Amino acid sequence: MTDTVPSRTLVIEREVPHPAEKIWRALTQGSLIEEWLMKNDFQPVVGHRFNFRSTPVPGWDGVIDGEVLVVEPNSRLSYSWGSMGLKSVVAWTLTPTKDGTHVRMEQSGFRSEEDAAYKGARWGWTKFIGNLERVAGGLD
Amino acid sequence: MQVAAENVFKALSDPTRRAIFERLARDGEQTVHALTDHSGVSQPAISKHLGVLKHAKLVRDRREGRETHYRAHPQALAPLIDWMSVYGAFWRDRFDRLENLLKRMDK
Repeated sequence: MTDTVPSRTLVIEREVPHPAEKIWRALTQGSLIEEWLMKNDFQPVVGHRFNFRSTPVPGWDGVIDGEVLVVEPNSRLSYSWGSMGLKSVVAWTLTPTKDGTHVRMEQSGFRSEEDAAYKGARWGWTKFIGNLERVAGGLD
Repeated sequence: MQVAAENVFKALSDPTRRAIFERLARDGEQTVHALTDHSGVSQPAISKHLGVLKHAKLVRDRREGRETHYRAHPQALAPLIDWMSVYGAFWRDRFDRLENLLKRMDK
């Protein structure tokens, strides 16, 4: 992180018709994480270092390095997320609602190299890169 | 890393170069002639665009007889791979999967 470049934050929120306890299990149990995110050796223990592993594609080795930062069962989970020069933090917040749970995922702390990319995205590059990703993914 | 990213950005900021790169990435190696035939742009212009793409390491070339063949080198996109937009699409997809898993966990 540099002083001149503010960090970027990506937020995705959804309300799901399931209790927080169940979502917590999906977020923290290795075998369940593998079903929706990636292969892993995750443990919900503060300070635990782990990897998420995905199939490598051209331009990405498929490995995420993480360390567990916050564990508040059924409520808050946070871990670092490092890959290919990107250093960020992923924070999950579960809030009970009338019919289920509000799930919030925030990824923040992108470094300055990504800043150029962020500006680029505002020029309408998203679709282009989406296409490239598909092309690149199909190459191997 | 930063210089590499700037070169990649500069190279892909032009729609003709984007089209060339996407075409090589999609269809595989091609000669300058083949690329020119489909582009509606002159061969010197195509060669110049390929030069910029090559400088950014987005394409690689090889000589064979009189022809130069170009192919895409998508690994050069690595400086861009960490985009928020890419992660946005990534997480939305994973949220979908998470919801599917939660439904299955009911059973």
